[in-house]
Amino acid sequence: MEAEKVLKETVRSKKELKNEMRLEFDAVSENEAFARVAVAAFVTPLNPTMEEISDIKTAISEAVTNAIIHGYDTESGYVEGERKVYIHCLVLHDVLHVEVIDEGKGIENIEQAMEPLFTTKPEMDRSGMGFAFMEAFMDDLEVISEPGMGTTVLMKKKLGTSSWIQCEE
Amino acid sequence: MEEDFKVIDNYLMVKMPEEVDHHKSGVISKTADKYIINTGVGNVVFDFEDTRFMDSSGIGIILGRYKKIACFGGKVFAINADSRIKRTLMICGLHKVIEILE
Repeated sequence: MEAEKVLKETVRSKKELKNEMRLEFDAVSENEAFARVAVAAFVTPLNPTMEEISDIKTAISEAVTNAIIHGYDTESGYVEGERKVYIHCLVLHDVLHVEVIDEGKGIENIEQAMEPLFTTKPEMDRSGMGFAFMEAFMDDLEVISEPGMGTTVLMKKKLGTSSWIQCEE
Repeated sequence: MEEDFKVIDNYLMVKMPEEVDHHKSGVISKTADKYIINTGVGNVVFDFEDTRFMDSSGIGIILGRYKKIACFGGKVFAINADSRIKRTLMICGLHKVIEILE
């Protein structure tokens, strides 16, 4: 009975959990590490597994890298570090909602951009796996973009589940 | 940086940093290419012993070097990769073109 009570309370406290944060930083590659670590630190109250933390860090790293090298593409006339990348995180219950936003050149063909191995920068050794990784490591991915209007990447991930999924398997 | 690159026989050993991302990938690719061209080394070994994080930029480094040496019969190896790094490599099917060794 005692265990059931504790369990119910945990469930309730998890359900009431709501937390929000915004980040704004210069679009330079030095900040990629900062961004992923900041988001990882933000979700720690949800008791994520190491695996989940790692998934989130990878997805954030991909989205921020995209904003810096594609959104604010120096070949399209953007000056390095002049513009900002914005991250908006919202934790609702046990789900992390994260938006990575740039005000850069936008994407002409989103469907093509999301294809695995498609890249516009093969000369930079880009693998074309950015969106594929975001899709693989998060539960939900949505990309909103228009040429010249910037890009917003929306991702969702439910936390604290992989531990018992692994047990069941 | 230079001490992370070593040529042993016909193998270029590349010690990967703790975090492999876009910020670090450019200089790793460039330095590796410099060694491949200057020494004519045939194979490349990426050592992930110290690596705790890698995103698709790491895939780009490996694939880029693979393209440079594979046409001359060279091979690419990944060693000491932990389960996370292995998973990242497998997701894009890299284990089909490179050898992942324990």
